[in-house]
Amino acid sequence: MAKTESELTWKDLEVGCIATEPGSASKYQTGTWRSQRPIFDFNKCNKCGICYRFCPEGCIRKNKAGYFVPDMFYCKGCGICAAECPKEAIAMAEEEE
Amino acid sequence: MAKREGLEVSIAIGDAVKLANTDVIAAYPITPQTHIVEHLAELVADGDLDAEFIPVESEHSAMSACLGSAAAGARTFTATAGQGLELMHEVLYVASSMRLPIVMAVANRALSAPLSVWGDHSDVMAVRDTGWIQLFVENGQEAVDNVLCAFRMGEDKRVLLPVMVHVDGFHLTHVIEPILMPEPDEVSRFLPPNQYPLPLDPNRPVTMGDFAPPIIYTEAKWAQEVNLEASYDVVLEVWREFGKAFGRHYAPVESHHSRDARVLLLTMGSFSETAMVAVDKLRAEGENVGLIRLRLWRPFPFKELREAVKDAEVLIVLDRAVSFGGPGGPVCSEVKSALYAEAKKPKVVSFIGGLGGRDINVAGFEDMIKKGMAIARAGSEREFEMFEVRE
Repeated sequence: MAKTESELTWKDLEVGCIATEPGSASKYQTGTWRSQRPIFDFNKCNKCGICYRFCPEGCIRKNKAGYFVPDMFYCKGCGICAAECPKEAIAMAEEEE
Repeated sequence: MAKREGLEVSIAIGDAVKLANTDVIAAYPITPQTHIVEHLAELVADGDLDAEFIPVESEHSAMSACLGSAAAGARTFTATAGQGLELMHEVLYVASSMRLPIVMAVANRALSAPLSVWGDHSDVMAVRDTGWIQLFVENGQEAVDNVLCAFRMGEDKRVLLPVMVHVDGFHLTHVIEPILMPEPDEVSRFLPPNQYPLPLDPNRPVTMGDFAPPIIYTEAKWAQEVNLEASYDVVLEVWREFGKAFGRHYAPVESHHSRDARVLLLTMGSFSETAMVAVDKLRAEGENVGLIRLRLWRPFPFKELREAVKDAEVLIVLDRAVSFGGPGGPVCSEVKSALYAEAKKPKVVSFIGGLGGRDINVAGFEDMIKKGMAIARAGSEREFEMFEVRE
């Protein structure tokens, strides 16, 4: 299991801090940035997919039942999905973590 | 068989760079380094050196081009002086922290203002913290030898650091000295090819010069410091190997009758040779004096310095630079700091002289030593003295 950034010691660093593996945004947990989180009410959802299309992170996915679920590893809590949902099925709540 | 020839030291330095089979030279001319880079440009243009000579538009570009060259695994050289060293200042830190071996001859020159093309160590003192290995030479032979050693030291896989070879501007760069140029085959035996472990290579892509948030920057800097301190052993090893191959031996702190001396003078660079004559004269008059010469400036030779001064009662330090409004003599302040925790240490007397090309002759050094002894006797060594300033 790779070390988290706060576990890395000076010995773990490559010479000159050269990166030998390319980085990827997919490894970056932007979810730690949010101060609000979207709460999805599937009773109101009509599966139109507008939230999925508008999400700037592209982190809303369709589940097996056809409803839309945000990936909280990436979700920055911007609230665009809540603002665009035509059924007002998404509410923004304070992030408690 | 190599023969001793009279060569202008700058030209000899260029020849050493050629002997080392350097791949890339990116440089901008500045007095008193110009003859080094002009000679190299000629060698490349005439086909005598198979290298890329990049005539850049400034010293900042010179060091930046050297970064790129070293990053690609090429054996890289540049030279500068005074204001030129300052113009590339921000890039110097990058070269060392990116661990890129580059050899740079610095023709030590005074910093403006007023404008001075002549020699002193103010340019060196401005780059103490840049993380480069730094060596001082005292004559033309040492300049040639240490340029060759510098490539081997810097490119060693345990080191991977840029190296500055400090050569007194005019006092060394523009004098003709008897120099034994090593033979090409001797140099190829001594100097292995450059094999940078992770060069920029499309077949094996890496990212260099990345950025570090607060969570990791401290660790990166500690890794850098550990490495520079550890390079000390490689510096000594390379000098030992050079001594075996060529019969000329170098050490971090050199002695001249310093072993039993009660009073020591400390110098760096070419003025050491004049100081040696002064010490000899005083010793002939019965004075118990000696000279120590600092050759390795970074990493600082704490152990050797403490050992060299442990039995002295007075240590007179000559600085050729001023740290304005601060400790006065930069070398003196480092020496004092190195000795601070020692139970037994000499009185340290600070002189600043030889600024902006001002000579200190043999009589001058004799005077300095006598003055230094008097200051120590009087107990007034806390302040530094601006040597021979007209008041």
